[in-house]
Amino acid sequence: MAMKSKHQRLVLAIVAIVAVIGAGLLAASALKDEAAYFYAPNEVKVKGVEPGKAIRLGGMVVTGSLRKEADGVTIAFDVTDGKATVPARFTGIAPDLFREGSGVVAEGAFDKGGTFIATNLLAKHDERYMPRELEGMDYNAATHEMKAEK
Amino acid sequence: MIAELGLAALWLAASLALLQLALAAFGLKQGREDLLGGVRPVAVTQALLVALAFLCLVLLFLRSDMSVLLVAMNSHSAKPWLYKFAGTWGNHEGSMLLWVTVMGVAGAGVALFERTLRRDTHMATLGAQAAISLGFYAFLLFSSNPFARLDPPAPDGQGLNPLLQDPGLAFHPPTLYLGYVGLSVAFSFAVGALMTRNVDAAFARAMRPWVLGAWVLLTLGITAGSYWAYYELGWGGWWFWDPVENASLMPWLAATALLHSVTVLATRDALRAWTVMLAVVAFSMSMVGTFLVRSGILTSVHAFAVDPERGSFILALLAIYIGGALALFGLRVGTVREGEQFEMMSREALLVVNNLLLTVILGVVLIGTLYPLMTEAFGHKVSVGPPYFDRIAGPLALILMLAMIVGPLTRWRRDRAGVVAGRLLWPAIVMLGLVAVLAVTAWGRIGVLPFLGLVVAGGVALGSLIPLTKRNLRRTPLFIWGMVIAHLGCAVSLAGMASESAFNVEKLIAMAPGDSVETAGWTVRFDRVAPIAGDNWTAMQADVSASRGGATARLRPQSRFFTSPPTTTTESAILTKWDGQLYVVLGDRLDDGRWQMRIWWKPFVTLIWLGGVLIALGGVLAIIGRERRGWALKLRQIRAGEFG
Repeated sequence: MAMKSKHQRLVLAIVAIVAVIGAGLLAASALKDEAAYFYAPNEVKVKGVEPGKAIRLGGMVVTGSLRKEADGVTIAFDVTDGKATVPARFTGIAPDLFREGSGVVAEGAFDKGGTFIATNLLAKHDERYMPRELEGMDYNAATHEMKAEK
Repeated sequence: MIAELGLAALWLAASLALLQLALAAFGLKQGREDLLGGVRPVAVTQALLVALAFLCLVLLFLRSDMSVLLVAMNSHSAKPWLYKFAGTWGNHEGSMLLWVTVMGVAGAGVALFERTLRRDTHMATLGAQAAISLGFYAFLLFSSNPFARLDPPAPDGQGLNPLLQDPGLAFHPPTLYLGYVGLSVAFSFAVGALMTRNVDAAFARAMRPWVLGAWVLLTLGITAGSYWAYYELGWGGWWFWDPVENASLMPWLAATALLHSVTVLATRDALRAWTVMLAVVAFSMSMVGTFLVRSGILTSVHAFAVDPERGSFILALLAIYIGGALALFGLRVGTVREGEQFEMMSREALLVVNNLLLTVILGVVLIGTLYPLMTEAFGHKVSVGPPYFDRIAGPLALILMLAMIVGPLTRWRRDRAGVVAGRLLWPAIVMLGLVAVLAVTAWGRIGVLPFLGLVVAGGVALGSLIPLTKRNLRRTPLFIWGMVIAHLGCAVSLAGMASESAFNVEKLIAMAPGDSVETAGWTVRFDRVAPIAGDNWTAMQADVSASRGGATARLRPQSRFFTSPPTTTTESAILTKWDGQLYVVLGDRLDDGRWQMRIWWKPFVTLIWLGGVLIALGGVLAIIGRERRGWALKLRQIRAGEFG
């Protein structure tokens, strides 16, 4: 059959290159759809995010905004970056270090009313851990330097 | 004193690595047998010295010597001894020292026990191994000295991240490291063979036990890591596509491809250049993994310190070794003679399919892992999560599993498609049957991937056993058993994954003591909650009774508070039954006295890790089966005093 030729090695090399390129194309097409972009509340306000699009929302939990709902497992809170504030809801057990005045990254999507429905909350694991996206964000100084940090 | 001794031993070991490289290089270049004769003793001495350095660090941790910076930063005198011990490698410097130690000991193993390889290739391999070690010695000595003193000594240490205070930690990282380093040996073999123009079946047979061993350890490390994340993080998941998990998966994928192609090379003397390339890729992936985890470029429980200097150092090492190896490959690949040829319908061809699919999966995982880092360099913050990986890697893995049914049923060199199809009859019937059963019972309730996963798992489970039919089981070679069991393990693991994602039942509820709830056939009763204290933590512990069909079991999930460093962790409680696990997590206390409770019923979830253990067992059987005769020969040589 075809493989049995003087050029078997060449055929194999070509097949391998095609496979690697295929992997790249496959990855690129999927990344277009599935990569979740990170937004701070101010970016949500300025750029707008369509409802239902999976994103990560990061900021600080506004002090005094955390409320528990009657079912006992849903919480509502506001997320801020010092410039804008976005309401968010989460059903589940919040991470151990999720608290008011502390940093949080929420995965989820906005509903039509503009509330962010979080499916997952990432908070600090311990005092030394900070979600990567929150680096350079200081609640008190309310500086917002997420872009342009060369 | 111990710290100074350790540092001195480390410097000496590093100098010996340099000497080992120089002896091998000049000895081979000038054909000086007197120089080459020194390579093996130097390799063994280097291993002993670096092992001594590591032992010193272990002692410092066990004695909680707070005058050593590393101990003060990462340990605490009140920690249980096991975590003091495991804490030795629960930090950046210690883990790198473990890395070079394993590398040195592996080098000594190659020096002492490798007897079949041509002498010049053997020496070049040891030279390459020394060159890799040197980079890591430099890294330790110049930017990550584990023995640095703290003056004045700290009154007590800062403690170890409580999430890491778990018996799993004692074994998970060293297992993975052993695997990474085993791949470094395969890499050294490949470099040695390229240098001395000696890529053939004998070289593959020498390399194979190292590849298999590394692969077994990576399999066990990943399996253990997955189970650790499952019970320790309390999120109920067993794989998160976290970059650090990917960092361990990528070398495994490359090692899996390599172990199949090295078998083709050893058995049929085909795929020569291909196998060498895969050995380079496999070690590159170990280095990429180390870079991702150790550079602080990622933030997670695994990333210990953010230090750009270290990141650059590892990146430089990565560039030197991989760039060097690829350049060598480019220069020498022309001199590698073409191996034996094979037909399109042959086991070789199917193993090429295996290799290609694994490579594509590897590429997809690599791109998905690095993409956020690349976009961040351009100012966009992006995260790539499970939807991406599941969507691409899932279907590819299923195709790979289908090829896994066909491969072992196909002959080497050439086979007839019609005959192979006949051998596939029973797996096909089983899969069609499963499609019918699942379509009737679960259509619309489970996703496409879990559905196909269950079907393919059934086919692979049966197909993996077919090579045993028509054989006398007691005379079947051990390596055949190894293949059968490893493939069966893949089916078992896949079945567990598919079952967990298809039939998982979750209940999230606020309960007061005395309340009970029904879920997935279980009655779960929240009896009481009370405080409890451990060695270095306090906790709120819930008493939960779970009953099904008259039998009752107790579960005790906790919410734990550690004082050094101050941290809260959730300790899930898991009840294991033959058909799955009941997983209970205690959440926060509400103002009205109720407690948040999260309850999962995960049918057959344990199969995931059982499969992983089977896969590793298959690898162990393959090593024993292939190497037994060689070992016996070496033992006789040692007894006869001809050795060393």
